[in-house]
This record gives sequence, C-alpha cells and structure tokens, in this order.
Amino acid sequence: MSDATIDQANNRSLWSDVWAQYKTHRGALVGSGVFLAILLAVFIGPYIYDVDPQYLNIREKNQGPSLAHLMGTDQLGRDMLAQVLHGGRVSLAVGIVAMALSLVVGTVVGVLAGYFKRLDGPLMRLTDLFLALPLLPLLLVIIMLFRDTLRAAFGPENGIFILIVFIIGITSWMQTARIVRGDVLALKEREFVLAAKSIGTPSRRVISRHVLPNVLSPIMVSATLGVANAIITESALSFLGLGFPSDFPTWGRLLFDGANYMTLTPARVVWPGLAISLTVLSVNFIGDGLRDALDPRIRGR
Amino acid sequence: MFNYTIRRLIFTIPTLLFISFVIFFILDTAPNDPTGNLPLTIPPEVREKIRISLGLDAPMYVRYLLWCQQFFINEPLNIIEQWFNITIGDGERLRVQSWATRSPVVDLVVERLPQTLWVVGMSYVVGVLIAIPIGVISAYKQYSWFDQIGTFISMLGFSVPTFFTGLLMIVIFSVHLHWFPSIYDTTHKVTDWSSLLFQIIQMIMPVMVLAFYNAAQLSRFMRASMLDNLSQDYVRTARAKGLKEKTVVLVHVLRNSLIPVVTVIALGVPQVFGGAIITEQIFKVNGLGQLLIIGIQGADIPLVQTLTFIFALLIVLFNLIADIAYGLLDPRIRYE
Repeated sequence: MSDATIDQANNRSLWSDVWAQYKTHRGALVGSGVFLAILLAVFIGPYIYDVDPQYLNIREKNQGPSLAHLMGTDQLGRDMLAQVLHGGRVSLAVGIVAMALSLVVGTVVGVLAGYFKRLDGPLMRLTDLFLALPLLPLLLVIIMLFRDTLRAAFGPENGIFILIVFIIGITSWMQTARIVRGDVLALKEREFVLAAKSIGTPSRRVISRHVLPNVLSPIMVSATLGVANAIITESALSFLGLGFPSDFPTWGRLLFDGANYMTLTPARVVWPGLAISLTVLSVNFIGDGLRDALDPRIRGR
Repeated sequence: MFNYTIRRLIFTIPTLLFISFVIFFILDTAPNDPTGNLPLTIPPEVREKIRISLGLDAPMYVRYLLWCQQFFINEPLNIIEQWFNITIGDGERLRVQSWATRSPVVDLVVERLPQTLWVVGMSYVVGVLIAIPIGVISAYKQYSWFDQIGTFISMLGFSVPTFFTGLLMIVIFSVHLHWFPSIYDTTHKVTDWSSLLFQIIQMIMPVMVLAFYNAAQLSRFMRASMLDNLSQDYVRTARAKGLKEKTVVLVHVLRNSLIPVVTVIALGVPQVFGGAIITEQIFKVNGLGQLLIIGIQGADIPLVQTLTFIFALLIVLFNLIADIAYGLLDPRIRYE
C-alpha cells in the first residue's frame, strides 16, 4: 500500500506537473470551463435545440427574447439562438483551422531559421517584412479581389472559408516564428543536441526528436493566442461586410447584420458579441494559465 | 548611434519597396478592369485600344516602376506645390485618380486626415494617460485587489473586440440613455462654447472605445516594466539613502520603466490607424478607415492601393522611430 503511493509519487510525469500547476490558476480553470461549455453548446447544441436557423417566419420578425425564441428573432423572423449556435461552429472552425495553419508556418520558419544558420538571415528578414505589412487593410483588399474567383471555384461557402482561413493563417505566423527561433537558437547549443549530433544523427531527426519536443510549450501558448486572434480577425472582417455571407453567418456577420436593427432589437447585437467576447476571453485565460504551467521556473513554486 | 540610424534608414528602403511590390502585385493579379466603367456599347477592339493607350499592355515590372515614380516622386512634388503655392518644373504632372470620384486620391486623403487624427489621436492620448497610472499602481501594489481587478479589466480590454464595445456603448448610451449621439457629425464646426461642448460630447464614445482597447495593452506593458525595475539595486540604494518613497517610485523607477513603454507606444500608433477602420465604421466617422472601406466596396483600385501603402508607410516609419527612440532614451543600449 505504502509502496504503491511512493511509486506513484515517483512516477510524476511532466504533464501531471503541468496539470498540477495549471489547476492553481483560477482564471485558467474558469476559462477552460467556459470554453468547453461554448464548444459543447456550439457543436452538440444544434442537435438538442434543433430549430432551423434559416427558417423564415415573417410573422414573428424582430421579436425580443421570449420563451419561443430565447434570443429573439431577426428581421426575417429567423430564430437568433439557432443562428448563434450555428454561427459559432463556423467562427470556431475558422479560429482553429487558421491557428493550425499559422502554427505550422510559424514553427517551420522558426525552426529552420534557428537551426540552420544559413537560413537565419533571409527568413528573419522575411518575418520583419511581413510584420511591416498593414494587415487589416491588406486582408480586406485580398478578400475583395479574390472572393468571387474562389466562390466560383469551391462554392460560396467553402470558397470564402478557404480564403479567410488561408489569409488569416499566412498573416499571423510571425510571432510564433520569432519565439520558436529564439528557443531553437538556445537549444541548439545544449549538450543533448551536441551529443545527438556527435553520434551522427541527421539534422532531420535531431529536429524531430530533440528540438521540437522542447519548443512545444511556446508553441502551445501561441496556439491559444492564435485561436483568439483568428476569431477576432474573422469577426472583424465579417463585421466590415467582407467575410461570410448572411445566409451562412458567423458571429461577426450576425453582429454586422444586427447593428442596423440595434434600436429595435438590441438582443441581436448583444448575444453574438457576448459569444465572441466570452470565447476570446476564455481562450486568453487558458493561454495565461498554460504559460505559467509550462514555465519550469514558475512551476513547483 | 548615428551609424545605426543611417543603417536602419537604408534598410527601410528595401522594406518599403517590398511592401509596395506586394500591394501592387496583389492588386495586379486580381481580376479587375479599369475600362469596366466605360459604356458597354464600345466595341471590344476599341476597348483594347483604350487599354493600350492607358499603358495596360506593358509588362508588370514597367507598370510597377511607373507607379513607383508616380507615388514617390510626382505626388510628393504635387503636395509641395499645393502647400507652398509654387510651381516646380512645368507643373504638368499626372495625378493618381480615384476611379469612383474622378478626383486625385491625395486630395481625398488630405480631406479625410483631420477627422482620423482627431478621433484616433485623442483616443491614443487618453489611452496612454489611463494606462500609465494603472500600470504604476498595479505594479507597486502587486497582487493587491487593485492589481487583480486591473489585470482582469485589461484582459477584458483586449479580448472584447472594439466592434462589440462600440455597439454596446451605442445601445446603452445612445439608444437607452440618449446621452451621446451615435453618429459622429464631421460637418460640425467649432465656433463657440456650445459647439465645442457638442464636439466633445460626440467624440466621447469613439474615443473611449479606442482608448479602452489601447489602455488595456499599454497598462500591461507598464506594469511589467515597473515590476522589472522595482527589484533593481538602484531602487534599494535610493531608499537606503533616505529618499522619500514618492521620489523613489515616481522619479527613479517611473523614468526608467517608461523607456520600453515609449517604444511600445510608438509601435502601437500605426495599429491604432488599423483598428480605427472598425471604430470609424461603427460611429460613421468619415476618416481614412472609412475611405478605405468605401474604396474596397466600390473596387476603387487606385484609392485602395494608395491608402494601403500609406498604412504600410506609417508602420515602417513608427518602427524606425521606436528603434531610434529606444537607443536615444536608454544609454545602456548601443547598437554598434
């Protein structure tokens, strides 16, 4: 019995330590709870609350919140709760896919720049140049110009999804690349990497076996920030009328459409906006907690 | 320092050329046609001749270089001529024309600039004025209730997008309380006290929305920078030689902590112009951001091209200012 407990105490893994530290961050715990709740609501909610978000009922247009329509209805009598739930799917999907893309690009650029000295200069200059681009105006311009082409090629919904995810992804990788490069530069000089090199391990395997696992924590932190950033950017684009179309709404688009009816049904602005804000806030708190939990200097204190 | 400034200045040239090329390239590869607004009755072969006369058959690098000449040489000369009422050379230069309004793009920009500067500039100043005291107090009283609340509010500040805070403020203060107008009246002229009061009232909401967003980020930087400095040896020395606590914190620590914050403030200026696109749209301020949106919706390529490049220019310029200011303010930093 006592042996078993000692054994367990000795078998502490890295991730159980991280979890122990993460648990002490109250904001992060609440954030994870809220984020999970939003994920569940958005991905499972529509099966329980199975109202068609596109069902028009012109007799019940512009209604305030009631028992029949918990968040009211829009100017065509569509149920707002159903729209918010469905819109959340698209918003979160955009956030997660765009984050994944920017993470891949950022990690590849960061590792290559940090590990191979020859590539460092050119890749970092490229990063600087990307940082100097005026992103929001450029995103707007790209969407304006290529929207119709991509819609024709992939259909109205997939086309705009691919376009938005792609442009958010390739314009938000710079921070990740810089952080990863810095960490790789320090790691490269460590003994275990030198040892691996000295027994003739090819660079490819040094990177995948020794370098990448050690830069995982900054990557995870920037992943959470990336999701928050992508969701905000997508909503901003939709809010300016250059994102998803009205019949395939995201939270930003619902906000944009609702803004014109603000005086009549303020609920149409409040709910999608609250959904965006809560999601981003909870993701930011998760990122905060992760940063503390993954930092070995803070952990265990 | 001087060498560094020169080197840095030289590096901005390829940066700007790269950015202008990216913008030019994106707009060039996109499907659009300057003759699209002409009547449909024009036969295709004539249309083709119009395109040739406009120089559209030239290879892309020629058109890019011509655009560079126009943007970097002709337009600045035009502006100088207008400002000082002089004629340089024969004074017959091309202007970049907006396709939608048929007027020179630069004139449109000059027309819209004051509104943007007023609202955005004021919000940035207010944001800095809020952020610095909050950062100082939350660092000095680390982990106190003030610090906890400040942390939460600043988290709120950069999680809640400006297009939501803006709309929320309109719902609360314009729709329900009728305190402030929801639309910014740009034709309003300040002539006496009552009109000045109206100007202030109509500026409150857009300025506060942007200021809240900026203050949230800046106060975090201020707090972190203060915390770094508060544990330094020179602070202990200052206390040990019997200086008043107020002098130690507000003179010694604050001055040193402001160094990195000043650069962050400089770096944030162009982003404020970017974020102002959304705020201007919400409150219907007809500034640069709204001009860009109108240009994009109307596919007004020359206007969009010029504005995007102006935003890029601002980013590069303020990056430069931040780097140089950092070197000037902090004698420990030497870039040699």
